Amino acid sequence: MTGSILSWSLAFALACVSLAILLSLFRLMRGPTSADRILAVDTLTINVIALIVVFGVAEATTTYFESALLLAMVAFVATVAYCKFLLRGDIVE
Amino acid sequence: MNPAVEIVIAALLVLGGAFSLVGSWGLARLPSLMTRLHGPTKATTLGVGACLIASMIYFPASGQAWSAHELLITIFLLLTAPISANMIAKAHLHRQGHRIDANPTDHIVSGLPAPPDGGDWATFQGAAAEPAKLPNLPRD
Repeated sequence: MTGSILSWSLAFALACVSLAILLSLFRLMRGPTSADRILAVDTLTINVIALIVVFGVAEATTTYFESALLLAMVAFVATVAYCKFLLRGDIVE
Repeated sequence: MNPAVEIVIAALLVLGGAFSLVGSWGLARLPSLMTRLHGPTKATTLGVGACLIASMIYFPASGQAWSAHELLITIFLLLTAPISANMIAKAHLHRQGHRIDANPTDHIVSGLPAPPDGGDWATFQGAAAEPAKLPNLPRD
């Protein structure tokens, strides 16, 4: 079992990252431009990666880290694809 | 676990959580997209980096096997964050057509300054030479 300072800091980090996810969801909902929404989705995914990592430390398991790695890759490809669509009107030319 | 190691992990976790929160707070709070890009691209990457370093210290210190995942995620995020920020800024500039932001509450009313040697910025020259099939979305 982890010590009290570690469990306190884990609770703090989980609360902060959850609040950060809510803030980026607010920006995703609010907009106002399409680029804002792309940026909000990108930030949301990075915050979810942080949440998964902190959760993995809290549960003392590395099982979920593969999903964090996959999310990091898919988020980058998705951001570039959205931007390319806005720029060119097409993704694969 | 060694108390000193525990304090280091706790400090890194608090730092990471705080930086993630500050980055997203900037995303929600700042007035225009060009300013909003600053928050997530800097603070959130640092926040995730601190969480990942905490996890990299925690698992060997608690007697579990070391895994390469954290290092891979860190390298990948640090490599891709500037590229995606550049892509978002470029898409935004092209959608706005030389204006920095159409948002009147922004206080940034001027458009892009002209480059010193005349002509136009390279990103717009490429777009003018080869007109794009823009998606049929409402203009921002």
